[in-house]
Amino acid sequence: MKFSILVSEGPYTHEAADTAYNFTKAALEKGHEIFRIFFYHDGVNNGTRLTTPPQDDRNIVNRWSALAQEHDIDLVLCVAAAQRRGIADADEARRNGKDADNIAPGFRISGLGQLIDAGIESDRLITFGD
Amino acid sequence: MSKRFLYVNRKAPYGTIYALESLEVVLIGAAFEQDVSLAFLDDGVFQLTRGQQTDELGVKNFSPTYKALGDYDVNKIYVERESLEARGLTLDDLLPLTYEDEDDDWAEKDSIKLVSAAELAEIMEAQDVVLSF
Repeated sequence: MKFSILVSEGPYTHEAADTAYNFTKAALEKGHEIFRIFFYHDGVNNGTRLTTPPQDDRNIVNRWSALAQEHDIDLVLCVAAAQRRGIADADEARRNGKDADNIAPGFRISGLGQLIDAGIESDRLITFGD
Repeated sequence: MSKRFLYVNRKAPYGTIYALESLEVVLIGAAFEQDVSLAFLDDGVFQLTRGQQTDELGVKNFSPTYKALGDYDVNKIYVERESLEARGLTLDDLLPLTYEDEDDDWAEKDSIKLVSAAELAEIMEAQDVVLSF
C-alpha cells in the first residue's frame, strides 16, 4: 500500500514524531511504500539540524534524516509553517534576508499543495498529532 | 478522478494556531479541484461565530476569510448540532456563509448545514481523506 504521513506536532514535546517514525519504519519493513512525509504546524520543528538533545536521548531529527537517506523518502516542511517558526533552507534564508539556514539533511521546504497532492496520490494519508 | 477531502475543525479559533493553519490548507487545497467538505465540531464551532473581536488579543481576526470559501467552491460546511447546543449557540450565532449554485442559475444558497453527530459519522465514513485540525 502507498502511504503518506502528516506530522503535525513538534519533536520531544509530543509523541507524534516518534509514533510517525515508528509507523514509517514498520510500514517500510512490511514492504509498503511511503510516498511522502509532510510536516505541518509545530511539526516543522522536526526539520532543524540545530536540534541538540541530551546524549542519552534519541535524536529525532537525525533519525528522520537517516531514514530519508536510507529509503529515499520525501520529507517536506510546509513553507508557511516553517517561516513562522524560523526553519529555513539556503533559498528561504536568502529570500527573507536571514543570516543562516537550519534545515536538516533529507528535508525540503515546499507548499501546502504537497500535502493535498499526498492525499490524492496515496492510498492512505495518516495524521500523527493531536 | 477527484477524491473526497474532509477537513475536521475541532479547536477554538484563537489560543492555538490550528484553526488558522487549517484554513490555509483549505484555501490551498481548493485549487486542486477535489470534492471538499468542512466539519466543525467541539470548540471548532466557535471558529464560525459572528462578531469575533481580537484587538485585545493582538492577533488577526481571520474569520472574514470563511466568507470567501463559497468563491473557492467550498460550500459543504457541516456543523455538529450537539457541539453547537452544548455551547449555548444556534445557527444565528454563526457567520452567514453562502455560495452561488451554478446548477441553479447562480442562486445564493447557505453553505452551512447542521448535522447530528451520527450524521457526521456517516459523512466521515464516506471520505477518502480526512484531515483533522
